[in-house]
Amino acid sequence: MPGDDGLVLTAEEQSMLAGEQGPATAMCMRLIVGVARANGAERLVPIESAHADGCLYHGVAGLEFTERLVSLGARVRVRTTLNVGSLDLLHPGLVRADAEVAENGRRLMDAHVALGCEPIWSCAPYQSGHRPTEGSHVAWAESNAIAFVNSVLGARTDRYGDFIDIAAGVAGRVPYSGLHLKRNRAAALVLDFSAVPAALLDDDVAWPAIGALLGELAGTRVAALTGLPGDLNDGGVTEDRLKALGATAASAGGVALFHVVGVTPEAPTLDAVLGPEATTVPVTAPDLRRARERLSTAATTSLDAISLGTPHFSLAEFAALALQLRGGASFSSSVDVFVSTSRAVLAEAEARGYADAVRDAGGRILTDTCTYVTPVLRDGIRTVMTNSGKWAWYAPANLGIDTVLGSLAECVASARAGRVVRDERLWG
Amino acid sequence: MSGCGDDPVTLSGRSLHPGQANGTVLALDEPLSFWGGVDPCGVIVDAHHPQRGSTVAGQVLTMQAGRGSSSSTAVLAELIRSGHAPAALLLAECDAILVIGALVAAEIYDTALPIVQLAHDDLARLHTGTRAAVLAHSAPRAATIMVKSR
Repeated sequence: MPGDDGLVLTAEEQSMLAGEQGPATAMCMRLIVGVARANGAERLVPIESAHADGCLYHGVAGLEFTERLVSLGARVRVRTTLNVGSLDLLHPGLVRADAEVAENGRRLMDAHVALGCEPIWSCAPYQSGHRPTEGSHVAWAESNAIAFVNSVLGARTDRYGDFIDIAAGVAGRVPYSGLHLKRNRAAALVLDFSAVPAALLDDDVAWPAIGALLGELAGTRVAALTGLPGDLNDGGVTEDRLKALGATAASAGGVALFHVVGVTPEAPTLDAVLGPEATTVPVTAPDLRRARERLSTAATTSLDAISLGTPHFSLAEFAALALQLRGGASFSSSVDVFVSTSRAVLAEAEARGYADAVRDAGGRILTDTCTYVTPVLRDGIRTVMTNSGKWAWYAPANLGIDTVLGSLAECVASARAGRVVRDERLWG
Repeated sequence: MSGCGDDPVTLSGRSLHPGQANGTVLALDEPLSFWGGVDPCGVIVDAHHPQRGSTVAGQVLTMQAGRGSSSSTAVLAELIRSGHAPAALLLAECDAILVIGALVAAEIYDTALPIVQLAHDDLARLHTGTRAAVLAHSAPRAATIMVKSR
């Protein structure tokens, strides 16, 4: 009801808001409480961790906000990992940032570290050692990480963005609303994939296509997906498929939670997650083909670059790539190949020889940032192939290039051939 | 909605962020992600958006819901700082990602971008090109939208 304010704060929270725990905590509490009032929350809930996205430079406002927190003496009171920044601090030659981004992007990353955050610089924190337990409340930003932590790990976060993520880390509280509430985690929509051929679902490019379709059909609603294979204990294959699905669904729609029945932790059965008025939509192979085509804007087979690792490449994805590169030809000299990953995963990939396999074939590995949020690709690049639905969704606007979505194998084959090679047989 | 002919009509909503604004309505046919969807001058650049090329700067922007990346918060705060933000945001669904952008800009730049939640039916009555005056009290109190003739 307009005019009502049902928000009840604990004595501790009132003390924080009143400035008794310092001006930085008070400012962060004003932001948390401001969102709680907008959301209609009745109380706040303590969080176990945060993942902050505000370290990517979008302009002066974010820098001035974060440096204000530093100058007020803020420190995070729960574990807070950091998303990608605008720079690759390990490989500074790879990012061709202009003077403003180089200077302010670095200051913004430094300011977040000064607040006590962990500089993992990754959009896949869940594959860099930050895996909240099922049922725990967290405050995560970065749309793919939100979808993953809710759906695949079964922890509870609402959709947080820049500023409220770090505010939550400092205050240790978020509004008890949205996807923190079990009643909001039920499926309003069921997508049934049982008519899609198993061979198509076994191709990794099917999963971003599923994500694109989910985003389009669900918007911001919670969906349950039935008829999909998967086992989250299979060594990372299913996890990486759901990572690709969620990242694309969060880009093409506003998906923050999906349930894969029989696979994800909250959905042992459809009944466990089915909302009261859920409708069911059957999905066919042609539906997925159309979803894939919407993620491809290029009209020719000419190719200038390949981008892998959005969200950041996992160790399992590196292993799959290294396996495909073994004994094969190097990449064409006319195609630039980039793999984006976290520094934690890179260290493991170095130890296992996967990183050298990529470099020996002619690829370059980027950490701490990503190829579509900061200038990495050289001028003149027009067509880029990717196995990432999220990259394919955003890069045309961000970078002014055309995209082609393909599987990891198709990306490798295309990088070798110097032109787009896709296997259309599975798609009918 | 009340009134007829050229008389202004008034819609009631729920304030998500306080502020007062006048402007021309830009009614978005689809949700827009500010991050990746809007350039630094407020022009819609999302290749998938039907209103690509329109500017959100200074407009009373209506959309059903926000969409996409959580970085939209910082993009909105930066648009407010640089003077290229919408004059007001009118949504059918509360979107914390946008609310926090307005809250932060209020903290560090002393601005007041009104964000209002309206019933779906009322939101649908706001057509591109009409003039609207928005008055939003502190959340979650009432907000009023006075819609004027074209």
